[in-house]
Amino acid sequence: MADLSVKIAGVDFKNPVIMASGAYGNGECYTDLYPISELGGISCKGMTIEPKMGNIPPRIAETPSGILNSVGLQNIGVRGFVDYYLDTLKEEGKGTVIIANVAGATLDDYIAAAEILESSNVDMIELNISCPNVKAGGATWGVTTEGAAAVTKAVRNATKKPLIVKLTPNVTSIADIAKAVEAEGADSISVINTLLGMRIDIRNRRPILHNNVGGLSGPAIFPVAVRCVWQCFNAVKIPIIGMGGISTWEDAVEMMLAGASAIQMGTAIFTDPYAPLKVTEGLAKYMDDNGIKSLSEIVGQVKPW
Amino acid sequence: MSYFCDKYPVIEKKALAGGIFSITVKCPDAANAAEVGQFANILADGYTLRRPISICEIDKDQGTLRFVFEVRGKGTEVISHANVGDNLDVLGPLGNGFKVPEGKKVIVVGGGIGVPPLLGIAKQCGADCTAILGFRSYDKVILDKEFAAYGANTIVCTDDGSVGYHGVVTTPLTEELAKGNVDLVCACGPEPMIKAVVKECEDNNIPCRVSLEQRMGCGVGACVVCSCMTVRNGKEYYSRVCKDGPVFDAKEVRFDG
Ligand SMILES: Cc1cc2nc3c(=O)[nH]c(=O)nc-3n(C[C@H](O)[C@H](O)[C@H](O)COP(=O)(O)OP(=O)(O)OC[C@H]3O[C@@H](n4cnc5c(N)ncnc54)[C@H](O)[C@@H]3O)c2cc1C
Ligand SMILES: Cc1cc2nc3c(=O)[nH]c(=O)nc-3n(C[C@H](O)[C@H](O)[C@H](O)COP(=O)(O)O)c2cc1C
Repeated sequence: MADLSVKIAGVDFKNPVIMASGAYGNGECYTDLYPISELGGISCKGMTIEPKMGNIPPRIAETPSGILNSVGLQNIGVRGFVDYYLDTLKEEGKGTVIIANVAGATLDDYIAAAEILESSNVDMIELNISCPNVKAGGATWGVTTEGAAAVTKAVRNATKKPLIVKLTPNVTSIADIAKAVEAEGADSISVINTLLGMRIDIRNRRPILHNNVGGLSGPAIFPVAVRCVWQCFNAVKIPIIGMGGISTWEDAVEMMLAGASAIQMGTAIFTDPYAPLKVTEGLAKYMDDNGIKSLSEIVGQVKPW
Repeated sequence: MSYFCDKYPVIEKKALAGGIFSITVKCPDAANAAEVGQFANILADGYTLRRPISICEIDKDQGTLRFVFEVRGKGTEVISHANVGDNLDVLGPLGNGFKVPEGKKVIVVGGGIGVPPLLGIAKQCGADCTAILGFRSYDKVILDKEFAAYGANTIVCTDDGSVGYHGVVTTPLTEELAKGNVDLVCACGPEPMIKAVVKECEDNNIPCRVSLEQRMGCGVGACVVCSCMTVRNGKEYYSRVCKDGPVFDAKEVRFDG
């Protein structure tokens, strides 16, 4: 069987399939179907320094080939994550890379969270500067080069853990943001978080989401995600984790050709909980069929016109 | 409690009333794990989100689960096209059931398409169950004969009086509660009905369990979109309908939250 392993920011992944933050909880919800050790990595539910209630429901709306969500970062706080989930994740993961997805309203929030994680055994930190569903912070940091640079710099000083910065597509030039976070010491970027969207129930003229607007994910955003990854690949040297609408192994290959060294999957598991395993199997067969020894051979190998 | 996800063959399909279908699938592992009041998340081909549908009947000997659902939109329409011999992609059983203790006297109150998950309680409790089933009109009445066949004292209500009691379910509920000798009320239906039932139970100091609906994502507790405001030990927080529910102790639910 093909060797699916990839290396990102010095961290070894047994395969390139990582569960995207927010779709997989803290790894505890799908173990009836398969052990988390089958996954390359898990980006845990976005966490903040203090626990958060989240937004008023409804928090989800279906869209053509996708969904809108407005969870609003409901979570038990960074300490809760470290105390209740992390050890189990590490133990059951047997080498599955555990990533803490961190969000905050202020720089101090991000720093405080990073300090707690620094002394934990989490493998990587993913800075969420791209959540569209919270009033303060979140994507407000990620939409300017200055904001993105400031958070990255602050957290870089607070932790030696490998640092991924997760970017929002809701900007004029994602490549400029990518360069800004690379310059401040990000080890990797993950691309993309959700696109801001809205749906209205025409019968009662109310938005379906109580938050009015929410983040679009799923197959609908795949082409946008491929474009963003490709633009970032052309702008930075640090490895890129690609995501947004991936549901098949073909999508994963396409994302890698655009420049992703690994991929994340979120919404696809709502449709098919086995989707991550099918992608891993499909990638292995693709490598065997094409004589590919390492997935790094295809990263960024799109041949643009 | 454990759940499964697989494509299972449809072994029986019936149209019950206008736009309401009964579909039984052979799924021994899921049936064996299922409890009354749990649900499944069923794939509608071509749609991103699965559709949550309550388990209406569990037959552990035959290894089957039965679902009764109304076509509301495109997803339930697609699911309703499944015929005997086709496969349905079912994720379940999910969530917490009604957990009715043995030997209790129970009143179940169902409204419209909230009726199906209550049938299992009639099956369990027989003559110890009183079923108050509300529908818009005679052509929407479902499952009443099946409740009666399991021995439940079955009271049908319609909004327009076209069959049974003319009016809302709470009037017969008040009468039944007044007779005394009730240990528990279980309710499923539209929110205004549930609120009225809960109030009635509070006034009579009878425990009440309610099955709630909310728009859902994963169905297994991971994505926290199907939240409902609950209170425990004086603390308010959002519970997940899929994992912490869909059946809640009415005392824990903040309906205005
Ligand atoms: C725990 C639970 C148990 C249920 N049990 C039954 C049952 O036994 N029989 C039955 O007929 N119906 C049941 N429902 C309601 C059923 O899920 C919806 O009618 C169905 O999802 C509508 O899908 P659609 O594609 O036809 O409608 P659309 O309006 O096209 O659906 C669009 C989106 O909204 C969601 N949605 C729409 N209405 C509801 C709703 N009332 N609750 C949750 N999500 C909704 C859909 O799932 C879909 O994601 C249950 C709902 C829940 C939450
Ligand atoms: C319900 C839901 C919750 C999410 N929560 C988070 C989160 O807490 N932190 C984060 O960085 N991204 C979050 N996301 C975004 C995903 O991680 C991912 O970037 C996005 O959904 C695109 O990938 P997909 O199309 O494969 O889902 C969430 C997405 C969904 C659907």
